[in-house]
Amino acid sequence: MFLTDAEKRMRDGAEGDAVAAAMDLLLRYGYALGAERLCDIRNVAGTMTQPSPVKARLVAEGGWDKAFAVINLDSDLDLTVPQMRVPTCQLQHGFGPDSVDIVPYPKANVELQDDAEAFYGRHGVNILATCTPYQVGNLPLRGEHCAWMESSAVIYANSVLGARTNCEGIASTGAASLTGKIPCCGNHLEENRRGTHLISVSGTTVESFQDWGMLGYFAGGVAGEDHPVITGEISRPDLTELKHFGAAAATSGGVELYHIPGITPEAASVEAAFGGPAFGGPAFGSSAKSVPDPVVYGPAERRAVYETLNEIGESGDVDFVLLGCPHASVDQIRQAAGLLDGKRLSAGTELWIMAPRALKVMADRSGYTEVIERAGGRVLADSCPAMSRAAPAGTRVFATDSAKQAHYLPAILGIEAWFGTLEECVAAAVTGRWNGGLR
Amino acid sequence: MSDKVILHGRNVVPGRVEGEALVSHEPISGWGGIDPARGVIIEPRHELFGVCFAGKVLVFPSAKGSSGWSGFFQTTRLSGTAPIGMIIGRISAKSALGAVVTRVPAITDLDTDPCAAIATGDWVLIDNSTVEVTKR
Repeated sequence: MFLTDAEKRMRDGAEGDAVAAAMDLLLRYGYALGAERLCDIRNVAGTMTQPSPVKARLVAEGGWDKAFAVINLDSDLDLTVPQMRVPTCQLQHGFGPDSVDIVPYPKANVELQDDAEAFYGRHGVNILATCTPYQVGNLPLRGEHCAWMESSAVIYANSVLGARTNCEGIASTGAASLTGKIPCCGNHLEENRRGTHLISVSGTTVESFQDWGMLGYFAGGVAGEDHPVITGEISRPDLTELKHFGAAAATSGGVELYHIPGITPEAASVEAAFGGPAFGGPAFGSSAKSVPDPVVYGPAERRAVYETLNEIGESGDVDFVLLGCPHASVDQIRQAAGLLDGKRLSAGTELWIMAPRALKVMADRSGYTEVIERAGGRVLADSCPAMSRAAPAGTRVFATDSAKQAHYLPAILGIEAWFGTLEECVAAAVTGRWNGGLR
Repeated sequence: MSDKVILHGRNVVPGRVEGEALVSHEPISGWGGIDPARGVIIEPRHELFGVCFAGKVLVFPSAKGSSGWSGFFQTTRLSGTAPIGMIIGRISAKSALGAVVTRVPAITDLDTDPCAAIATGDWVLIDNSTVEVTKR
C-alpha cells in the first residue's frame, strides 16, 4: 500500500506508540481489503463506551488505556490513549443512569459506561450516544470521506447524504480517530458507487413508513451487499422513511449504498444511477445499455416480506411495544404521543420509544414525553433493547414498527415478534393484544 | 486414498493453518448472528443455527448485517471460541476487518466458489494464498 511521508512517520512512531499501533491496524486492514492507499478523513463515528464482559475485564486489568488498545486498536501493547486527532463521536451504547428502575439492565454496566464517558469525553470523543448521528448534528457533506460504523448510519450517510464511508468496525474507527486515515477503497471510490440492481415498485404504492421499511427489507434480499436502485410507484420519502428503509436493507442484506433517482443526490435519473450522465462525468455512447432488467416489487412481494417479518409471532398477547429503531425523530415521538394522548397502557404491557438524548430533551420540552408517560409509556435515550440485551422483565412477545428490530430481537432475546404500523403497535400497547394485518 | 483439490486466491491475513471445514452457504451475521461466548451461530433462520464454529476453518460467502461483525469475531478470539481460519467468498470491510482482528489465516477471491468446492467436514489447509482441500 502506498503511504505518504506523513503516514510513514505515524507508522514509525514519530507521533507516539498509540498512533503507530493505529497505523499498524490500518495497514493490516488495508492489506486485507486490497486497498492501494489511505484517504484523509475528519469524521469518525465509532464505539468505545459500550459495556461488555470483555471490556469490563480489560478495564479491571489495565484501565481504559488497555481496553482501547485491545478492542479499538487490536493491539497487545501498553499504550496511553492520546487526544482524538479528528472529530470523533460515540454511537449508541448501553443504557444510562436515568434508565435504572425502568430497564432491567446491570447497574455495573451503567457505572462502567459512566466511567467510560468521562474518560473518552476528556480525550475528545463527542458522546452523541445514538445510532443516528445525522439527526443530532453530525451531517457529513456530499463527497466527504468518513469512517463510520453502524450499518443503518452508514447506508444513510452514503445514500441520502452522498458522503463516502465503508461499513467500518470498532478497531478501524478506533484507528481512524487517532490518525485521520482509513483505507481508500470500496465506497470511497467513485467507480464503486454505481447502482447494480434495479427494483421497480409496480402494482402497489410505497408511501407509508411501514411500506418503506418493507421495501428496504426486500431490497436487501435482492441486492445483498450491492447497490439497489429504486424506481416506480413510490411517494417522496422523508428522513424517517429513509432511516427505516436503509436500516432494513442493511439488515436483510449488507446494503451500504442505494440510489432513488430524483431523490438521492448521486442519481438524477435511472441512467445516472447506473453510471450514465451526471454520475461519473459525461457519458459516452448509450448508457441505457447498462441499466439492468428490473426486479418487480408488487403486491405478492410485499405480502411475502410482511409474512417473513411476522413469522416469529404466534401468541397474540403482547407484553412489550418497542418504537424508535433506528432512534426516533422528534416527529415520531410527537406522533406516538398523539396516539397515546388520554389513553392508558394495558396492565402488563410496556411501551418504550428509543431516541437520541438530544431529541429526547426536545420531546420533553415540547410536552410529548409527559403525554407518553401519563399513558404509561417511556422515552428512553442512548441505547436500545438489542444493543443492551434488555427488555421489560418477563417479555415473551413484542411488537414493533421497525423491520430491523423485528428481524434481530427474536435472535438476541429469544422472544416472539410482531411487525406492524405505529397505530397497530400503540393499539397493542393499549389493549395488550396484537391485531395487526397487512392493509 | 484421498481426493485433493487446490484453490488459489488472494491472501487476507497471512499464515498457515489446517483443520476441519465448516461451510455456510448463507452469509453470516456477527452482531445478532453469533454468540461469541460460545462460538455458536444463533440466527434463527440460518442454515447453521446452533452450530459451533470454534476450532474450525469457517468457509462462508460473505458477511452481512451490523458493523459489529468484526468486534464480535474479535471477542471470539478473546474468549477462546474463534474459528482457526477463514475462507471468504466475497470480502467486504466487515469481513476483512473481522479476519484481521480474529488474527487467523484468511483468504478470499478464490478461483472456484469455496462454498461449493468445500463441504463441511473436509480437511482444509490454508497456506497464504492457496487452500488445499482433502475431501472426506
